[in-house]
Amino acid sequence: MQQTNKLRPFFENLEFERDDNHMVINFGPQHPSAHGQLRLILELDGEQVVRAVPDIGYLHRGMEKMAENMIYNEFLPTTDRMDYIAATANNYGFALAVERLIGLEVPRRAQVIRTMLLELNRIISHLFWLATHALDVGAMSVFLYCFREREFAMDLMEDYCGARLTHSAVRIGGVPLDLPEGWLGAIAKFVNDLPGNIKDYEDLLTENRIWRMRLEGVGVVSPEMAKSWGCTGIMLRGSGIEYDIRKEEPYELYDELEFDIPVTDACDSYGRYKLYIEEMRQSARIIQQLIAMYDETPPELMAHAPQYISAPKEDIMTQNYSLMQHFVLVTQGMRPPVGEVYVPTESPKGELGFYINSQGDPYPYRLKMRAPSFWHCGILQDLLPGTYIADIVTIIGSTNIVFGEIDR
Amino acid sequence: MMRPYTPKDNVQAKAYYTDRFWVAPRVPEEPVPEEGLYAEDLAAVKARHKVLRAYIQRGQLVIHIDATENFDVLKTLKEERWYEMLSEMSAVDFLAERGGFEVFYQLLNLNTARRIRVKCFVEENQAVESVNPLFRSADWAEREMWDMMGVKVNNHPYLKRILMPDDWEGHPLRKSYPLEGDEFAQWYEVDKIFGKEARDIIGPENRDPARIDRYDTERFARLGHEVPRGAPAEMADKAEETPIRYQEEEGVFLIEKLSQERSKVLDRRK
Repeated sequence: MQQTNKLRPFFENLEFERDDNHMVINFGPQHPSAHGQLRLILELDGEQVVRAVPDIGYLHRGMEKMAENMIYNEFLPTTDRMDYIAATANNYGFALAVERLIGLEVPRRAQVIRTMLLELNRIISHLFWLATHALDVGAMSVFLYCFREREFAMDLMEDYCGARLTHSAVRIGGVPLDLPEGWLGAIAKFVNDLPGNIKDYEDLLTENRIWRMRLEGVGVVSPEMAKSWGCTGIMLRGSGIEYDIRKEEPYELYDELEFDIPVTDACDSYGRYKLYIEEMRQSARIIQQLIAMYDETPPELMAHAPQYISAPKEDIMTQNYSLMQHFVLVTQGMRPPVGEVYVPTESPKGELGFYINSQGDPYPYRLKMRAPSFWHCGILQDLLPGTYIADIVTIIGSTNIVFGEIDR
Repeated sequence: MMRPYTPKDNVQAKAYYTDRFWVAPRVPEEPVPEEGLYAEDLAAVKARHKVLRAYIQRGQLVIHIDATENFDVLKTLKEERWYEMLSEMSAVDFLAERGGFEVFYQLLNLNTARRIRVKCFVEENQAVESVNPLFRSADWAEREMWDMMGVKVNNHPYLKRILMPDDWEGHPLRKSYPLEGDEFAQWYEVDKIFGKEARDIIGPENRDPARIDRYDTERFARLGHEVPRGAPAEMADKAEETPIRYQEEEGVFLIEKLSQERSKVLDRRK
């Protein structure tokens, strides 16, 4: 047992020195392919994994605790730091949960902008996944191509909200800003070019002999395993179960939009790779439909609910009562009704859910964030035994885990 | 002088002002309809187990059950009503009000996109049965619940802290745990690296390298009010204003001046 006052490594009752042929090694927490601070303790028989114990918590910041000590609007920028690859998806998940708790309707223009940002974030996240996954497996040039396109997408985000990574571009009750001049043209150009660029990645990878050998039949998640482990998003659809929250429990404008949900029975990393590629195409298709919808919308951006949401800036600056309410909402915060709500959304990684228990105070009584990566990381302990050490990086990559949201 | 009383059982942030006549509205708890899939779910549970309360809140069925029956109820829901995915489970701390925790299980039926929340109340030292044999996702979720809340789980295969270090003391998400950490948390690194006896030598001001002390005159630059290195703390507030000079006003040159003619400006990317 560890002596509490001495700095000595403590290896979770694992014998590193063994008499048999097995070897215990640490993968991470600083391994470049661990996609963050994942420490994976592997027991190896030759090159085959016998036992795998993922060890997490290196990025734990106690966001759920912070949420209990912050007013709702104050907490929203913290959600950026969960899945920092697609920050708007987290902002949106939280905002939607609070809106559903209050029972708030969001103006249509805000809905269009939000859906656009969500899909743009999905493209950014998938491009990032493809880039780093290809890099992990050994394909350097795909990384450079994907990051080029991701850069254009991030420029669009920057033009809209000023930030590239931690957007906070969604607010409770709507969006803070209208689209800037010329933004729709820029995003239209981006999504029109994207399918051509995706074809380039596919030309490089899909029929690539090395890529197929490294991915096909690697990381096989059976449908039963996926359901039992609470896998969502592409991890679930890659195992042949067609479930996308955007289609099954539609939120925002997804019930008005036309898009397909790609599913495959392949269950392996290669099947999941194909889904990611197809999802990017579908996101581009969604954004094209949204561009056409934007012009018909009335100009309101934030919901009208004086008890919960501040009035527009012009009103605050010109009308006494709006100013008073804004002052109260900023200093004391909104007080949602007593009750609880669990709201799932389809983030790029899977089902991102927010459980909020409100006791009528300006602070949430309990906020639980259901981050998809948490379970996609847990599944490694069942997925890795039996595989070879060379495949571990591929498997971690294809689960698309982000440690910001695992540790929270 | 008497110190003002602060409750120790809930040290989270509190509203500093509440209108005494204000009554908090409630999220409506609608009765479960007579017919429909949720009614069938509820009937299936009621046929075998005791249901304390059931209602629909924001479109999802909520069932309150007895904590001893959690495994059986989830088994019934999984095997008879095809709630095959446990998408989330955790606990809510009601130690101050009711002396226990509310544990909730958020289940999902993938065929019809229905969600059920099964809730049960456990006393502080009561343990819940692990649902790991039904849902593997409960493995990590129960570890997290134990780690963060201190709710014990019976028959869990590997009930060990998951986010906090193994030798951590206390359960951070309890309402009695302060946001900035208790004494153990604040001295954790010092105790671990140098030993408890080093606490006096190091002192609270040095235990956290990221700490910012507004009276620190050595390591923290106060722009426009710089004081000499090692100056006593009293000087920090009295220090005369340091003139700030800008490059545009022929001040300090940090970079060579930008020349519009010699630089190429892109009007758009690519």
